[in-house]
Amino acid sequence: MRLEPRTQVPLALAIAAPASAIVLALLLAAIPLLWAEVSVLEAYGLIFKGALGSRFAVTETLARATPLIFTGLAAAVAFRAKLWNIGAEGQLYLGALTAAAVGTGAVTLPGFAMIPLVLIVGALAGALLMLIPTILKLRLGVDEVVTTLLLNFVVLLFVSMMIEGPMKDPMGMGWPQSEPIVEAATLPKLVARTRVHAGLILAILAGIAVWIMMQRTTWGFEARAVGASPAAARFAGMPVPRVMIRVGLISGALAGLAGVGEVAGLKGYLTLDLSPGFGYSGIVVAMLAQLNALAVIVAALFVAIVFVGADFMSRAIGVSNYLANLVVATSLLTMLLASLATRYRLRWR
Amino acid sequence: MKDNRAPEDFVLRLRGITKRFGALLANDAIDLELRRGAILALLGENGAGKTTLMNILFGHYLADRGEVLVAGLGGGLAPLRAGSPSAALDAGIGMVHQHFTLADNLSAFENIILGTQSLFRPWLDRGSARRKLEKLMAGSGLNVDLDAAVGVLSVGERQRIEILKALYRGARILILDEPTAVLTPQEAERLFETLRRLVAQGLSIVFISHKLAEVMAVSQRVVVLRKGKVVADLATAETDAAHLAETMVGRAIPKTVRTAMAPGAVILELDKVRVAGVHGRPALKDASLSLRAHEILGIAGVSGNGQVALSNLICGLQAPEGGAVSLHGQAVALGSPAGMVAAGVGRIPEDRLHDGVVGDMAVWENLALEDYRKPAFSRASFLRRDAARAHARQSIEDFDVRCPGPEAATRLLSGGNVQKLILARVLTRAPMVILANQPSRGLDIGAVTEVHRRLLDARARGAGIILISEDLDELLALSDRVAVLHRGVLSASMATEEVTIRQLGLMMAGHDRQEPAHDAA
Repeated sequence: MRLEPRTQVPLALAIAAPASAIVLALLLAAIPLLWAEVSVLEAYGLIFKGALGSRFAVTETLARATPLIFTGLAAAVAFRAKLWNIGAEGQLYLGALTAAAVGTGAVTLPGFAMIPLVLIVGALAGALLMLIPTILKLRLGVDEVVTTLLLNFVVLLFVSMMIEGPMKDPMGMGWPQSEPIVEAATLPKLVARTRVHAGLILAILAGIAVWIMMQRTTWGFEARAVGASPAAARFAGMPVPRVMIRVGLISGALAGLAGVGEVAGLKGYLTLDLSPGFGYSGIVVAMLAQLNALAVIVAALFVAIVFVGADFMSRAIGVSNYLANLVVATSLLTMLLASLATRYRLRWR
Repeated sequence: MKDNRAPEDFVLRLRGITKRFGALLANDAIDLELRRGAILALLGENGAGKTTLMNILFGHYLADRGEVLVAGLGGGLAPLRAGSPSAALDAGIGMVHQHFTLADNLSAFENIILGTQSLFRPWLDRGSARRKLEKLMAGSGLNVDLDAAVGVLSVGERQRIEILKALYRGARILILDEPTAVLTPQEAERLFETLRRLVAQGLSIVFISHKLAEVMAVSQRVVVLRKGKVVADLATAETDAAHLAETMVGRAIPKTVRTAMAPGAVILELDKVRVAGVHGRPALKDASLSLRAHEILGIAGVSGNGQVALSNLICGLQAPEGGAVSLHGQAVALGSPAGMVAAGVGRIPEDRLHDGVVGDMAVWENLALEDYRKPAFSRASFLRRDAARAHARQSIEDFDVRCPGPEAATRLLSGGNVQKLILARVLTRAPMVILANQPSRGLDIGAVTEVHRRLLDARARGAGIILISEDLDELLALSDRVAVLHRGVLSASMATEEVTIRQLGLMMAGHDRQEPAHDAA
């Protein structure tokens, strides 16, 4: 048995491989369900129902997918250039903090200007935060995996300090949270009385824009070349440090936007439980999408379905919603297998 | 080899060795016999299957079919357990790889006894090991300073250590994989003398090479491999280099002919250029050269003597610490690859897969790698993909790059085709200065001929070419002038017609030129 590289990937296989990866992941995750002595079909049925079974369920899933698209894009862009940004969580929180600082009354502008303003400052905050590890990497050769990861905790403590101190809501009954975002800075709801907001549209547009950038522009050409072979890119005359900085800025900005969306679209104020690890889940989303920006949108939806659905299933039959983590993690592994199958052909003997 | 000698005259016999890698038949029913006390040359182009065959013999690979028989101490041939390097070692097979496997920080002595003594003994038995080694050195003429750290020794000395290591482990059959690739001509000659002495003492040697002159000089028998098959098995005395070359390639080889050409104006001038190396030691010391139009300047030298620094300087990868570089009489921005590309320097890198192409990108993308910002390939930051693809199709056709098409992933191309791709990218820009660093290393003869033709065409067009090569035959065939690099010092250049391989070899080893230098530059 051996592997042989494929020169071409048939379209049917390109579609069938990820689909069967998901099916295989669900089958594997069924083992602990059997162990828990519940009906596998019922559990998966409940996950499906909980995520897509009603109008409300769908809006919940879409609301959950919104930050995941942004953080997934942040990881996909950076990873393509082999800039290992593990700090989307921190960039998300700093984006959220800045949006909250600007959007809770520090500036008063009409809605058409206020919304772009919070988006821009939030994106800028994420971008500038990512600039630090990128420059450390380029100048001193510091591993960005370490710096981006550790900056997450720095940012979290900083946010904690701000919402316990200067930014604390005096009307918040002592809870560590910021003042609410003013009406003019709030992202409009897409469906009345649900949590899905205009951030979703922005996220999808960002996905399309990132895809176009990576595939069709000189910036993307440079980023892909630098990622695939820094030595050859440098030899050919590409400005490798500039490309890295640009990629870092874009990645950080996308993660910052995730934070703005959560504060200005979903929650309305800043707390320390704003993100249940969207920054880290974004890495999984990007890997599931194999760093393709359009596929990030689909992968984010998948992860959102699993998590939202698992919460519902957990409430209904009492199986821990930790199953969602299991399904997502397993699907990441099976997706790696699928990508192997699309790149190589298995030959017996 | 059907003769009536006793079978115990053979120490090694391969029968019907077949090995397949995917669609590639690397070894196709290969039969091979090695006589005791003989040197057998295994000749073939890159990819002919020499290394695969030896890896099967040494147990690194498992053959699909066929068997290996090795003579035991008693003399009779017995099958060798397949797929086990330790079985091969036990059977007295020693291998010296092209890339040495020595630990730089250990002494020669420690390297040789490494792994030969029991792990369960608390100290090394140095005394008897040393006595055994000294006896071996005296008998073979392989003299090395046993207490010197390997890191400070020359390549020739390291090779002697590798051979000693094999002998110390009781090798009766020695396999040498391209042993002269890293040696100066004098060192190579010294190696041949040692080998002759060793076979006279009863050692049997398989000598892998693609250099015909050496094969003719050192072997008693030649086995020629082509596309995984044995195409000839001859006594060396009954053949000649030209016939071997044709057998190896499978067709007549067009000879590279360099027509005399009057050099033009000076295009590139280096004046006392210093380039830093590792640990603060200069890699290039006050190098001066001038390159004219219609001229190829060859740079000879054993690798690691400053070639990388010279190449990095002209490729724009490294800025000099001192000295002046001028292009067309004007100073250029140094230390910037893009600056060099813009100044009209064509660069063919030494490591074509590492520096030359992005393997995971398509052929068309690699062909646009230096020019993607030009209006021909992008407009307002958007790539003009159709234009770039059309350009790629043209280049593929003009330079005969064998690939499925512009969309093919570059990593799937063979070495020769990757080099053609790089030539296409570099030469279609019609550069006036070309740096070619080991442009034909590792290519088969067909591709080598193509590379040489392209370089000579560029010279005819008026370009000046700096050709860095370790292959002296190539240098002398292509260059109008030759200079030698030794420990970062670039010699004055000499007209190719007035210099011999022997002189170059001495200069590569650090001797001054014997005759008064003809300074053409």
